Amino acid sequence: MSKTWQGYLRTDGRKGIRNTVAVVYLVECARFVADEITRAFRDQDVHLIGFPGCFPNDYAQHMMERLCTHPNVGGVLLVSLGCESFNRGKLAEVIEASGRPVETLVIQKTGGSAATIRSGQAQVKKTLAGIANVPRVEMTTQDLVVGTICGGSDGTSGISGNPAAGRAFDQLVAEGAACIFEETGELIGCEHIMAERAITPELGEALRETVAKAARYYDTLGYGSFAAGNATGGLSTIEEKSLGAYVKSGDAPISGIIKPGDIPPSGGLYLMDVVPDGEVRYGFPNIADNAEIVEMIASGAHMTLFVTGRGSVVGSALAPVIKICANPDTYEALSEDMDINAGAIISGTRDLDEVAEEILTAIHDTASGHHTASEAMGHQEFILTYKSFEPVGPACLPTK
Amino acid sequence: MADARFKLISLHDSDNVLVALSAVGPGDVPLARGQILSLSAHVTLGHKVAARPISNGELVVKYGMPIGTATEDIPAGAHVHVHNIASRYTATHYRDEEAGLADE
Repeated sequence: MSKTWQGYLRTDGRKGIRNTVAVVYLVECARFVADEITRAFRDQDVHLIGFPGCFPNDYAQHMMERLCTHPNVGGVLLVSLGCESFNRGKLAEVIEASGRPVETLVIQKTGGSAATIRSGQAQVKKTLAGIANVPRVEMTTQDLVVGTICGGSDGTSGISGNPAAGRAFDQLVAEGAACIFEETGELIGCEHIMAERAITPELGEALRETVAKAARYYDTLGYGSFAAGNATGGLSTIEEKSLGAYVKSGDAPISGIIKPGDIPPSGGLYLMDVVPDGEVRYGFPNIADNAEIVEMIASGAHMTLFVTGRGSVVGSALAPVIKICANPDTYEALSEDMDINAGAIISGTRDLDEVAEEILTAIHDTASGHHTASEAMGHQEFILTYKSFEPVGPACLPTK
Repeated sequence: MADARFKLISLHDSDNVLVALSAVGPGDVPLARGQILSLSAHVTLGHKVAARPISNGELVVKYGMPIGTATEDIPAGAHVHVHNIASRYTATHYRDEEAGLADE
């Protein structure tokens, strides 16, 4: 039987597991001011996010609209320098239309840094008071969107952490949650076995094309999605890393392909195609793990499962990260940063099902308001950079 | 950490590599089913060794799936890693001093 807990009901009908105020800088030039505003609320649910670029970008605009109307977000303060290209008016309109309180401060019109920081802090205080009584609503697993990524992978990731996360995903999908896996550059070598899990042959073909696009993209860049630390941990090739990463998608049928910012239309398992469309532009698809986490959140993920072998310590702004440590030695070294010790599978003290059960318990606890390790320490990493995408094709989301 | 009963695990019947569950070797290592594999190197957790001789050009198989091609003849018990296998997709970039090849 599925567990229930109390979430936050937004005016647009979406249900969140946190009640966060987002302070958003719209160009790097406004980041310091936005950061200073946020620092005054370190022990409250006030998170800093932003986009550093001065040039406009449809992807960044779309991502920011999705992030600011995420179900975990209760209200928003936009901080603009004034002369950047970001369309702050359109962003504010989208947030307002979602029923969330939003204010915009333009530093050049507010009297500079100090005045904007003062004004911003007063604004955040007002927003926090305003959202304190947002209606609560019963939530079940069916209401959840959960993402999974892996980072700092090593030879243990594919034999403990990722299979355990995959088993937890199977259970979530069975209970009606929408689950998202991604990083098509780390599915290179798995495309054929993955395509067989698609709910239609056309979707299977689209899955294969998605991985082929990633292989071409990384080939042009001259580097696979493979960091030096992966080799230190025993991984020798991208396809070896891929096979280990692939298992975190579990065994459920694949219901569709989405792109960053697309919300899964219903429960089921979805692949997020994170590699940009068209010719290679703007550099690497995701420059670090948090860029992947941000894309999960933009697609509505209430939380993200993060499997690590080498030992990542990151969390995220807006949505909690549950860290699953695949390597027993890393767990011992960094236990305060980890939520789950999947390395116990390797040291022989737990089996795969027991760790999958621990992951499911952590998901329910986190959804109920319990802080994850990174959340409790105040981790709020966030990265958003330039990308460009075409909308998904008709084969990507077959109607069930 | 509790001691695993065997320090090398085969993840799939068709694999030609074994994965270290803790630091192991060099020297004779007992395997499941009563066999012994003589390791020519010290390997750490998560690294691979050849379960049997692998010829230059042969596919290296882990999880029952190819993970690359041997770039030299690899004797049974040798460390299998970036120095003797290559991706069939994109080249692997690593820092020599940190790739876990200290003994080779």
